[in-house]
Amino acid sequence: MLNRYPLWKTLLITLTVIIGFLYAAPNLYAPDPALQISGIKGRDVQLKTFERIKSKLDSQLEIKSASLDGGQALIRLNDLDSQTKAREIATQLLGDQYTVALNMAQTTPAWLSAFGASPLNLGLDLRGGIYFLMEVDMRDLMKTTHEQMVLDFKTDLRKERIRYRSVRMGNDGVDLKFRNEEALDKALTLLETNYRTTSFKQLKSDPLALRASMSPELLRQTKLEAVEQNITIIRSRVNELGVAEPDVQRQGEDRIVVQLPGVQDTAKAKELLGATATLQFRLVDPQASPNNVPADSKLYQRREGGTVVLKKKVILRGERITGAQSGFDENGMPQVSIKLDAQGGNKMSEFSKNNINNPMATVFIEYKPTGKVDGEGKQILKKVEEVISVANISTQLGKNFRITGLDNPQEARSLSQLLRAGALRAPIQIVEERTVGPSLGKENIELGATAIVLGLAGVLLFMLVYYRGFGLVSNVALGANVVLIIGVMSMIPDVALTLPGMAGIVLTVGMAVDANVLIFERIREEIRAGRSVQQAIHHGYDSAFSTIFDANITTLIAAIILFSFGAGPIKGFAITLSIGIITSVFTAVVVTRAIVNLWVGGKRVDKLSI
Amino acid sequence: MFQILKNVSTISFMKWRKLAMVFSAVLMIASVGLVSSKGLNLGLDFTGGTVIEVGFSQEANLKDVRGILKDNGFDDAIVQRFGSPRDVLIRLAPRQDVKAETIGSQVLELLNAKSEQDVKMRRIEFVGPKVGDELAEKGGLAMLAALICIMIYVALRFEWRFALGAVTALAHDVFLTIGLFSLLQLEFDLTVLAAILAVIGYSLNDTIVVSDRIRENFRKLRTGLPSEVIDISLTQTMSRTLITSLTTIIVLFALFFKGGALIHGFATALLFGVFIGTYSSIYVASSVALSLGITKEDLMPVEVEKEGEDQEEMNL
Repeated sequence: MLNRYPLWKTLLITLTVIIGFLYAAPNLYAPDPALQISGIKGRDVQLKTFERIKSKLDSQLEIKSASLDGGQALIRLNDLDSQTKAREIATQLLGDQYTVALNMAQTTPAWLSAFGASPLNLGLDLRGGIYFLMEVDMRDLMKTTHEQMVLDFKTDLRKERIRYRSVRMGNDGVDLKFRNEEALDKALTLLETNYRTTSFKQLKSDPLALRASMSPELLRQTKLEAVEQNITIIRSRVNELGVAEPDVQRQGEDRIVVQLPGVQDTAKAKELLGATATLQFRLVDPQASPNNVPADSKLYQRREGGTVVLKKKVILRGERITGAQSGFDENGMPQVSIKLDAQGGNKMSEFSKNNINNPMATVFIEYKPTGKVDGEGKQILKKVEEVISVANISTQLGKNFRITGLDNPQEARSLSQLLRAGALRAPIQIVEERTVGPSLGKENIELGATAIVLGLAGVLLFMLVYYRGFGLVSNVALGANVVLIIGVMSMIPDVALTLPGMAGIVLTVGMAVDANVLIFERIREEIRAGRSVQQAIHHGYDSAFSTIFDANITTLIAAIILFSFGAGPIKGFAITLSIGIITSVFTAVVVTRAIVNLWVGGKRVDKLSI
Repeated sequence: MFQILKNVSTISFMKWRKLAMVFSAVLMIASVGLVSSKGLNLGLDFTGGTVIEVGFSQEANLKDVRGILKDNGFDDAIVQRFGSPRDVLIRLAPRQDVKAETIGSQVLELLNAKSEQDVKMRRIEFVGPKVGDELAEKGGLAMLAALICIMIYVALRFEWRFALGAVTALAHDVFLTIGLFSLLQLEFDLTVLAAILAVIGYSLNDTIVVSDRIRENFRKLRTGLPSEVIDISLTQTMSRTLITSLTTIIVLFALFFKGGALIHGFATALLFGVFIGTYSSIYVASSVALSLGITKEDLMPVEVEKEGEDQEEMNL
């Protein structure tokens, strides 16, 4: 019979729509302002600490609920004011061994969570926060690697008593020069066995010279490791900031995307994330003077003025540091107590044992922009090295020691913060930033929602007036469409709703009725051509379908290209547009047909309300 | 029943074809001329630089803000109102001498210290010059890729004459929309680029509906005169074209007036694009296909080859 769906089909369609509604439903529950408390370096919050903070907060303000789950405490509050107040109280009580982050905790009821349903992720333009795109500067990494190669080669050659004229850094590698071919051959055999991933080539211009460079594989590997290591460090720095749901990801070969929802203090975030400061410990060269610097030593500036000559060999680098705490020494001067990991501890104790009474220097290294740009448009960074303290090694040092010679307590604090988070392997700089304040985010949500509601209302009204009965059917489908878009977006975990995304929903609302207009106009035509009501409906849907399909596929192509182009604000638009196209074909063709079939299908109808 | 067009007989759209072609050609040349002479007011996304949106507690005095910035070394700052009278947008060109990512906070601190009002940060955007160039390049590529993919799809589904017609119509819409942005010197940023791609999608929608009907009518109708078939098809799809444009314009008005300053450009591009797209699917796409000599035979379903038939062809 014409215009009847089998029962299973109607049920399946109903079920699909119901599932869409279920997954969209969590968005109806407003989130609670909350505090999220976690220990630094992945340590758990203990039950005792949890009870302590809970009772303290309870005594000063009203807590909605508090829970301890997976080593993290979540304290829900009634409003934003008490959230800010609670953070102050909690930070004061807990000190810097814990991070206290502001969060919006979802309030999805248990029966909905059981389906895995959760509210939409909001983009940074809607919830406020910071987006950074950072670029890792590989030049410095190359330089350090080459410097290390020079030192290693020299040591090896000396050990084997192979005489060389010079070992120097070249443009893209290390140049080794020898006095005769015999030495060159011996050196080549030795170095090639010792450094399998380095390639050695004889220079055409000078038969007695070798150029050592990293193999392309090693180069790629080194870069990848540097970026990965930077990501790890940025993650731990982000933890220092206390952000509830940070997102740090690699993008392309040498870029890192950082998203910090809810962060308001952009200056501090930038300072901490972009900071490239690190420490090195080196031995002072007692024989040298500023006028007479041996080859294995280098002249450094001291922060308080003057110079000092240090050995080039680094005793220990910042990455061995596991803990750092700022404080004051016996004389009331700012200091940082440092804790090393096992390997660093051994190194330090071994070294200090043999160097008691020798002076050791702490070198503070920072990268600063020079204001110049290279051929690719990248800022050229300058490495600034300063000696902040020189102290005699009085006893054998172990895993714990301290450094002094800092200017003020603020500096001690930020240095300890940096050291805790680790040193970046290669300097980074921010190449793109988008920060949205919390008030603007809220306004954007309101604006987007108003536009959706108004647009929807206008279209619903028009369809009802123009097509009456069938208009109502298409309105039901249009409503279902909006709910389905939200449902599908809530279902996909990595998709976030943005302001352009909301614009995409608005646009979809306007264009989704197109399919229904096509069908209804066809039905009208068929009726005018003298077909019976049932025939007209059947043919209307049938002949409109291929048009609807073609038209939507091509729009989908445009949307997918837009998505793959994928710069932040556009991506959100492309996502809602793509999802909207798919759901709108379903609702406008399948859902309306099911309703029409139930309504008039198989019945004797002489006139249609269309 | 309500009807936009009541029992009209066939409208002779194609009679005005030549005039429309001249009109479109003039507009396209004008757009190209405008863009090459006046250029586009490219947004931060493409030029690089810093944009700071600040909210004052009361109505902001732009002159004061400009003065404060000028006195403190930000001579090139462009200061304008954004949305409400209390919100101010400050645009700074990329600079080399300061750490670019700190400019935002610097300006904010400066305004807070020097102006008598309480100033709140609403938005800071910084795009490095290299990223800006990349975005511009990628944007252009995206547009090209979209046009090519769509052309391939339409050529496969329809006929190459339609495909060429469709893509000419799309290029027409893109040129004219960009031309409008150049004429009015509206800011051209990433969201506008997204809107133009959406215009491509919309206009294509229209073009396909029309082409589909033309194909159907070529097969169904007795009359073989291409211009007549096209006129009949355009008339038949006319009310659908108008209704869909109307509903789309309804929602775009909602976006334009209520969507806020951030998506104003987006809504403007789309509103204009919908008008132009509707026109182009009637006069550009169909008339290009017609000029290329589309006939009934081109659109008849491919007949199933009989056995042995292909052997004869091989002898040719």
